[in-house]
Formats: sequence, structure tokens, C-alpha cells
Amino acid sequence: MRTQTSALRSKDLLGIESLTPEEISLILDTAEGFKEVSERPVKKVPALRGQLVINLFMEASTRTRVSFEIAEKRLSADTLNFAASGSAVEKGETLIDTAQNLMAMRPDMIVIRHKHPGSPKMLADLLPASVINAGDGAHEHPTQALLDAFTIRERLGRLAGVNVSIIGDISFSRVVRSNIHLLTKMKANVTLAGPPTLIPAEIERMGVRVVHSLDEALEGADVVMMLRIQLERQGKLSFPSLREYFNTFGLTAERLGRARDGVLVMHPGPMNRGVEISSDVADGPFSVILEQVTNGVAVRMAVLYLLAGAHLAEHQG
Amino acid sequence: MKTKKKLLDGVRMRRAIHRMAIEIVERNRGTEDLIIIGIRSRGVPLAERIAQRIEEVEGTAVPVGILDITLYRDDLTTIAPQPVVKPTKLPEPIDDKIVVLVDDVLYTGRTVRAALDALIDFGRPRAVQLAVLVDRGHRELPIHADVVGKTVPTDREEVIKVKLEEMDGEDEILIQERIEEK
Repeated sequence: MRTQTSALRSKDLLGIESLTPEEISLILDTAEGFKEVSERPVKKVPALRGQLVINLFMEASTRTRVSFEIAEKRLSADTLNFAASGSAVEKGETLIDTAQNLMAMRPDMIVIRHKHPGSPKMLADLLPASVINAGDGAHEHPTQALLDAFTIRERLGRLAGVNVSIIGDISFSRVVRSNIHLLTKMKANVTLAGPPTLIPAEIERMGVRVVHSLDEALEGADVVMMLRIQLERQGKLSFPSLREYFNTFGLTAERLGRARDGVLVMHPGPMNRGVEISSDVADGPFSVILEQVTNGVAVRMAVLYLLAGAHLAEHQG
Repeated sequence: MKTKKKLLDGVRMRRAIHRMAIEIVERNRGTEDLIIIGIRSRGVPLAERIAQRIEEVEGTAVPVGILDITLYRDDLTTIAPQPVVKPTKLPEPIDDKIVVLVDDVLYTGRTVRAALDALIDFGRPRAVQLAVLVDRGHRELPIHADVVGKTVPTDREEVIKVKLEEMDGEDEILIQERIEEK
């Protein structure tokens, strides 16, 4: 049989920061092949048959966990879900002990979400299994950025030169960090907007532009990415009230009228309707929010598939 | 890779493809319910050419599809890095149709085994037939071709290189010899 070769360099996907533009393109190209699988009458291929994937979710998640699980099942992998609640973690077991115990059961891959930045890296260094970061604190959420990029590329045909405005809670968002790394590597132009209290100092050094009004951010944008106000991560509000936030930075149909026709409205979910986005925009003609969810499965299938190959290369090497 | 022999030049190769098209129509007594599906990558332009020949001769267009078998390979967990995955595109449902799978070279039969598994996930064709440009022998599975452009006995060390204008800029089939990398 013929083989076309192309691969990821690492056995793990810990963040976008360490990927090259070629690796990002490889993942997005591969995801195109996988998107078609989800449209078949039999939505399953035997590629990862016999491989065990453990989903280790130590922090609440619906969309990402379900998306990974569907991706794993469509690749015929065996999956096991492990959540913090109801486990030995509640009895005081450390993450390292939990992971080593899981490893003793010989999984091939571990998908981890954890509130502490760097925990996926710690596991990756410790364990022979491939580790996929499904969100670590405010650090990175690589598969979210990849599915965002996939959606933009599918809709607009390219990433280079696309003007992407990201609006909202910049400082607490791992989605933003991964997206900035990805979009700047792929030569898109990134603009950030939000209340000054939610924009980290010197973020411009990541190669982005910062503006302080929504109108300015909408001007010339091809893509508007709205972020969720992460009440649970802030402790207390960094702005006077949710109502005031909506009046200043909430995306409404009227304000969206200032963006160009055909602008893409994106949101990583879950949405706070009436806080960062109004319902008529979220459900409106420019919204690709549900497409993002569909594409998430294809992108995660691509990542699992490619890492299975990288993992193998390491073993053979 | 050292070229030992030119098996077919462009003219003879195009003649063989023409004959394959005629044979497909003949064995199915026409073009009714036919779907021609090329296996990526070199089966795809071949499938298109066969469909084109059929249309020229019979005056009816035959639907053409593309099958990517990567995810159905039996060696996925032993080869690294992974082969690139591309979409499968079928023009219409294959239920109760006669599917003609097209590939450039038939060798071990493992590609065809994967293609059959992939195809069955899309429905239940009335029949599946196999058309290959070159049958070089050395089967490892009980699989045979229904329509063959050229049968050629080979050694396992040899490589059959099918070049197609659409992908390689010229039409020809070469027998090459693998040179051991020391």
C-alpha cells in the first residue's frame, strides 16, 4: 500500500505555542478528511481500533468532553471517562498518583482538562501515553483554537490576512491565548477588545492590536469572536455590572451592522445570552457558532489520529 | 529506484484503458446502475478516464466517485507516520447499484480489502467489481480483478510505477527495482 508521509513531531498536543505553521496546516487538512466521516450513514471508521483513550476531566465541561468522546468513538477507540467528582481525587489522591494508576491500565492516550496550567505537560513528561490538553487553567485550549481556525478557513478559504477581532474577557481566557498563537502563526491579523481590567498588560507583545471599544473592533473585521464572561474564574466582577458590560461590549444586531456584510460571528461556548451576545446575533444569519461545534469533532478526530501516528513513530524510533 | 523496463507507453496505456471501459460496459450489458469509484490516489484519474471513454462510446454519463481507504488499512497501527486522510466523495447512494472499483495496481489485495470494508459502510451495492490497470500477482488475500488492463508477472523486489498525465505529467507504466539503502 502507498503511504504519503507527514506527521506531528510530538507525541502530545499540549498547546498551540509549540506547533509549527506546517503542523497546524496538517491538522486542519486532516480534519477535512474526517469531517466527511461524520456525514456518512455509518459514522465510524476502524482507524483507532483497539486503542484505549482515557478522558480525564478534572474540571467541568460538557461540550469539549462530549466532542472528544464522539471523536474517539467515531475512530473506534475504546474510551473511558474519568471525572474528579466521585473518584479517588475526592479522597485526596494527587494528580500524579491518579495518572500513574491510570497508566498502569495501559491507555494509549489521555485527554486531560485541569484547572492548573501546566498539568497536561506534567503528565506528558511522566507518562508514555499521548497527552492531549483539553484546557488547562488560563493557559491553553489547543483543540478549541484549531476548530475555530478550521471554521474560519472553511468559510473564508484562508487564514492569512483575515482580520479577526476577539472581544471580552481576555485575561482569564485560555481560548484567547491558544487563538492568538494560532492566528498569528498563520498570519491572520488579531485585534482584541474588552474592558481594560480584563486585558492583560503588554499583551501586544504577542503580536496583536488592542482597542477599547466594540465599534473599533468591529470596523473591518472578517471574524468576530465573542468570549464568555467567566464569572466563576474571576471571583468578583472586573466591571460595574453585567448590564453595563452588555451595553458596552455586548454584540447586538444593531452594532453588528457596523461590521462588513458576511462577517462571521463565533463563540467558543457556553454562551451567556444577554451578557456578551444578544440572542438575535447568536441565532442570526452571520452566526457560525453551531458549525464550530460540528467542526470540533472533525478537528479532534484529526488530532487523535495524528497523535496515534506520532506515538507509534516514537516507539519505533 | 532504478527503472528496469517500460511496461507500457502512453499510447498503449490509453488503448488499455479504452478496452477496460468497453469490457465494463460489456460485462454489465450497458451502463444502467453503474457507479465508477476510484481508490485514492491513482485510481481517481483512472476512474474518470474510464467514465469518459464509456460516455464517448455509449453516449451516457456514468457517475464517478472517490474512495479514501486510509482509515480502513490493516497496517495503520504498525506504520508511522500516518498516511494523510482525505475525504471520500460518492456521487449518489450506492444501495442496489453496481459499483466498479478502480485502482492502478493490484498486488497483495490489501488495498482492495480495505476498499470493500469502506464501501460497505456506505450501503449495500448489488455487486462490486474490480478494474485495475496492472495486475502484478503476489496476492495475500482471496481477491481477483474482473477487468485488467495488463497482467504482468513480477518479483516482489520490483515496483510497478504507474504515471498518469493528471498527476505526473505523462502517461506510462514502468517496472522499477528497489535499490537497497545501506
